[in-house]
Amino acid sequence: MDLYETLGVSRDADADAIKRAYRKLAKTSHPDLNPGNKVAEERFKTISQAYELLSDPAKRTRYDAGEIDDSGAERAPPPRYSSQAEAAGGRRYQASGADGGDFSDIFEAYFRHAGADGFEGMQRSSRGQDRSYSLDVDFLDAVCGATRRLALPDGKGIDVKIPAGIDDGQILRLKGQGSPGRNGADAGDALIEVHIRPHPVFRREADNLLMELPVTLSEAVLGSKVDVPTPTGTVAMTIPGGSDTGTKLRLRGRGIPARGTRLAGDLYVTLRVVLNPDDTTLAGFLRTREPDGFDPRVKLREQV
Amino acid sequence: MTRDEVLHAVPGLPAERLDLWVARAWVRPDEGPIFADIDVARVRLLVVLQDDMEIEPTSVPVVLSLLDQLYDARRQMRLFREALETVATADQRAAMAELLRRLSR
Repeated sequence: MDLYETLGVSRDADADAIKRAYRKLAKTSHPDLNPGNKVAEERFKTISQAYELLSDPAKRTRYDAGEIDDSGAERAPPPRYSSQAEAAGGRRYQASGADGGDFSDIFEAYFRHAGADGFEGMQRSSRGQDRSYSLDVDFLDAVCGATRRLALPDGKGIDVKIPAGIDDGQILRLKGQGSPGRNGADAGDALIEVHIRPHPVFRREADNLLMELPVTLSEAVLGSKVDVPTPTGTVAMTIPGGSDTGTKLRLRGRGIPARGTRLAGDLYVTLRVVLNPDDTTLAGFLRTREPDGFDPRVKLREQV
Repeated sequence: MTRDEVLHAVPGLPAERLDLWVARAWVRPDEGPIFADIDVARVRLLVVLQDDMEIEPTSVPVVLSLLDQLYDARRQMRLFREALETVATADQRAAMAELLRRLSR
């Protein structure tokens, strides 16, 4: 290709015009400013060769006369800055602010997840990883609160304070009980997922507790006062006369205890009438009784 | 390389200019001063930036800072690639290449 065309100047351009044209082209294609860009590198080579020849008056005269071709004299170029800067030695000119680590914030998250073990050479300090555990808790401990010891895989144990009213699946965070940090950084946390064992008597709905209470026929029909076991001790409860299986009574404040700004929940007691299988007098009484025509299945038939 | 050797290797470079660049820490030779290959290459780059590209001396720190960041990033990418080639199987590398191709489209 014609060297004048390469630089985009006319054949009678003066030295200044040639210099200006070269500078303009070099700005966009210098390899040290465009590392890894092969097109720019080639273009720069062509431009430089053209400039080298045309900026030398003696060579330019010979080129114009057709005595030398457009390649001129080949000379081994000095090593490029780009090849030096990209090698390990380039760290000498690390941009200020890089704190000795060779990896930017972009890779930081990657290293957190990759696990520290495979990168022993890294001197960067990093917070220890969190560790996850699972802890089974008795129903009443979850209601009232307790302290339980969690055995760790390494044989050690940590005391876990279970707050009253904790929910199934809730995660307790114990600061600094996870993996130790690297190079002086903080240890990670222990994350303990709580699983609550079911209870044979009590069930939980939000902050309320539910239970079923067996009563005799006369306690239900005539009314009475009976002792009810609750998570926080036995309570005397009044059963109004005319109660039945399914009658729901409420013991205020006997559910999940109050905590923070939340009020205590209630204990809902559902009655279940249980007949005494050894009672013979009840059958005798009912035989002597006039039928009253009550049909408890009227609604049932309508629904079927 | 000593200071004199650098001045000889980069024809047309005035000594006071080289001293100024070192004083401004644009070029950072070892004690002596002894210039490593990268320092000499950086001197040549500064000649190109100031003479060929006519970048004003007041603007040179901006250009150098951006260039240093660019080469930091490229060095990291290179290390990252080397690490990946050490730990990843050929299949994983192929999958990664495919993923990168799709993401950069």
